[in-house]
Amino acid sequence: MGHYIVRRIMIAIPVFFGITLLSFLIMNMAPGNPVDMLINPNIPKEMLELKKERLGLNDPLFVQYVKWLGGFLKGDLGYSFSSFAPVSQLIGERIGPTLLLASSSLLVGILIAVPVGVISAIHQNSKLDYIMTGLSFLGTSIPPFFLGLGLIYMMGIELKWLPTGGMKTLGGTGGISDIILHMILPVTVLGVTIAGKKVRYVRASMLDVLQQEYLRTARAKGLSEFIVTNKHALRNALIPIITVVGAEIPLLLGGSIIIEQVFQWPGIGQLTMEAILSRDYPTLMGLNLVAACIVLSTNLITDILYAAVDPRISYN
Amino acid sequence: MTRPELIDNKPIQAKESDPPNKPLLLQIERLQTYYPVRNGVFSNTVSHIKAVDDVSLSMYEGETIGLVGESGCGKSTIGRSILRLENPRSGRIIFDNEDITHYTQRQLKPVRTRMQMIFQDPYASLNPKIRIFDALAEPLIVHKLAERREVQRKVDSLLQLVGLPRSASNRYPHEFSGGQRQRIGIARAILCRPKLIVCDEPVSALDVSIQAQILNLLQDLQDELKLTYLFISHGIGAVKQISSRIAVMYLGKIVEVAEAEELFRNPRHPYTQLLLSTYPAPDPTLRTNKKMIIRGDVPSPAHPPSGCRFHTRCPYVQERCLKEEPVISEGHHTVACHYPLTL
Amino acid sequence: MELLLEVDHLQIAFQTDQGELISVDEVSFELGSGETIAIVGESGCGKSVTSLSIMGLLGTSGSVIQGEIRFNGSILTDCTENQLRRLRGSEISMIFQEPMTSLNPVIPIGEQIAETVRLHQNKSRKEAKAIAVDMLRKVGIPRPEAIIKEYPHALSGGMRQRVMIAMALICKPKLLIADEPTTALDVTIQAQILELMKQLQQESGAAILLVTHDLGVVAEMADQVIVMYAGQVVETADVFTLFRAPQHPYTQGLMKSIPRLDQHKKEQLFAIPGAVPSLKEIPSGCRFHPRCPLAVGRCEEEQPELISAADGHRVRCWMAGNTEQIFVNHTVEVTV
Repeated sequence: MGHYIVRRIMIAIPVFFGITLLSFLIMNMAPGNPVDMLINPNIPKEMLELKKERLGLNDPLFVQYVKWLGGFLKGDLGYSFSSFAPVSQLIGERIGPTLLLASSSLLVGILIAVPVGVISAIHQNSKLDYIMTGLSFLGTSIPPFFLGLGLIYMMGIELKWLPTGGMKTLGGTGGISDIILHMILPVTVLGVTIAGKKVRYVRASMLDVLQQEYLRTARAKGLSEFIVTNKHALRNALIPIITVVGAEIPLLLGGSIIIEQVFQWPGIGQLTMEAILSRDYPTLMGLNLVAACIVLSTNLITDILYAAVDPRISYN
Repeated sequence: MTRPELIDNKPIQAKESDPPNKPLLLQIERLQTYYPVRNGVFSNTVSHIKAVDDVSLSMYEGETIGLVGESGCGKSTIGRSILRLENPRSGRIIFDNEDITHYTQRQLKPVRTRMQMIFQDPYASLNPKIRIFDALAEPLIVHKLAERREVQRKVDSLLQLVGLPRSASNRYPHEFSGGQRQRIGIARAILCRPKLIVCDEPVSALDVSIQAQILNLLQDLQDELKLTYLFISHGIGAVKQISSRIAVMYLGKIVEVAEAEELFRNPRHPYTQLLLSTYPAPDPTLRTNKKMIIRGDVPSPAHPPSGCRFHTRCPYVQERCLKEEPVISEGHHTVACHYPLTL
Repeated sequence: MELLLEVDHLQIAFQTDQGELISVDEVSFELGSGETIAIVGESGCGKSVTSLSIMGLLGTSGSVIQGEIRFNGSILTDCTENQLRRLRGSEISMIFQEPMTSLNPVIPIGEQIAETVRLHQNKSRKEAKAIAVDMLRKVGIPRPEAIIKEYPHALSGGMRQRVMIAMALICKPKLLIADEPTTALDVTIQAQILELMKQLQQESGAAILLVTHDLGVVAEMADQVIVMYAGQVVETADVFTLFRAPQHPYTQGLMKSIPRLDQHKKEQLFAIPGAVPSLKEIPSGCRFHPRCPLAVGRCEEEQPELISAADGHRVRCWMAGNTEQIFVNHTVEVTV
């Protein structure tokens, strides 16, 4: 196991640098640059050129990348071109709310998907099954921003039950209950989307396990159907779900960019959006770095978890 | 090649099917096929599964050699190595006077029309979306064995040869029963008119009454097409029925080779003796209370026991068996044992 | 001998997309306590379905639509699911063909055995574990204290089948149903398992219902034999009578089609022509008639009943009792 983890990390290192290089190149291929984005016609052209020179934007791409890399290796992610705050500080402030939103949504999604998928599989081809798979299809096909806007309109504007956006009430006393109240709508939207996708996986995995001969053995022992399903079948059915959930985490980060916009959630989604619009290269690179770290580490954790729950797999 | 002198202490009667009268078709010399076991940070090969370890075997034209042994003994690996579906680690495979041990895929292509394989599960080796006619016609066209207008006639006669109706050619694999699929598998194996067919557990998955049909078909085709079979099976009954000679394998080694009748009458390796005695005869009067039973499981082929590989389970084990590896004897009835059984 | 199990004119049907399929029809037999009965037949003959119906494990699509199964005084076919559940694993237990897939891969072996004990015998976790260790030792598993913590993949096929046997016999059932218990194993391991089953049967006095396609295993194990073909019993007799003087053309053909080690090789094996019919196209009249060399006009139209050929020997064939048939029973030539 130790060997395996070391090997995986060693493979991850070149991949990691590959990602930074690629994202650096792609970012610079996008039209425009940070200085052009300062759309203020009163600034003379010479000033802009001077600014470009000062920011190092006239250097060859290769030199720019090496400079960035040198800083990164020293633990310095540079300064934002637009707010001039250190990138590490910008991301540090924003990552907490995003992780909170993403992990709560994932949890809610799994808590909906597993029971629904299991019940659906046990009652395969029944009315209940059709209703549940139908709803899960609906959950996947409604665009999250649309669902979000609909919920804001209904729950926030018409019924006035829930806040329409943000993470805390402005000027309020704050507290956990206030944050939870603000989380309900965005978490519902992301959770429903995740659940919609996962129900089908859980159902398929459970259907597969329900065919297995060891369940016949369990029944032949005289175990009740409840124990057969929840002890003998479910443990096996959830193993492949780990991979599916692991693969969901990067997508979840992408999805939260839009949802954070819709709900004005102060996370890295919003920061990403702003950084893209202002061509804020250092911030974008910092965000790419975070994304790469999350993707690579969730992949590794998924594989390790897989071996932990399935005794048939050993990485030795 | 001349046959080694007979040094067996038991006189052996001359038989009609005495191999030396026939030309040699396949010669395996000291074949080793290993599978690597990888581990560690850099996936180093830390050990090997010694699937086939120093095996020599000669096959003469027109004979059937039965290869028996328990699962994991390496019998299928021998078959796959002969067809060069596995790359041997060392040793030589001489087929039809050609040393094909190190042939490239391109060099193997013409050889492969002369050696074919029949599998346990013919369904897995048939493309479910291709009709039987196309499955059989394609190799004929690829290997330029038939003119296009001749193909239909050839396929028809092939189906007739394996006992399938002509209408079979328009159907898909899933429309056939297990026995019929095996007939299709056999049709595909013989369509290039091979000299050697490696049959890997061809009847193991079939019903008892169908097994007999397929064994009979294989025997008929052998007579008609002058085929040589390497018949790999764990079913001792089927091997006995079809083989002229039998080779017994244990943990990557051939431990005994003899004429079929001779092997059953006079097994000389303790493993052979025990293997035959554990086969339940379909006769309740032969039921015995105390059977000779081999204790324990087959050891791992990654770490085979020292000396004679059977020593951990052998009822006649001696001091010498633990240290010294027995060499296979020479003659008609060869055995790799320090203390072979005598009648 | 005390009568333990009675299967009486059993008919089992499965609901499929193409409608109802009768999978087992006209199956009757009796089994005394401590006795071994073998159901033998080829794939699709209904032997496994019959055995599963005794346990009430036909699943949602299968059901007994006619006939009765009586076990130890109760009528199983009338029992509720709860009543059946109390019998399963304690009074009747079962082992299956594939030891590789019949054990739960993610639950430790000890727990899989102990859970049966806790369920039926009201024992504590600790007691149940001790009983499981004892039982594993009894079936010849080395180091049972360590093995109970292992998962099934760590064991060889033969060892897993021993675990299955330990699990099945742990509550001392009166009836053990063994569905092809050695088919997936090598012959040397098969011999070990058969010997173990015989030894444990002697110790516990359990009756065994052995389902198999292998006439060698039947000859080795059974007292009584039931031969099934296409969902019906075609012949039933004690094992010696059946092997000495099989009466049904199917039984005779089956016996002649297996190669024998103790005889000199004949040029060709006897082979029953044709293939086993599928449930969707069961032939009219005698179900074996399309493959039977003795079939006459009557066989095509009329279905024969089980006819008594001799004491305890019943055959589903018009010609039963008339052994002058084209199949000559083989004489056993034992070579030393």
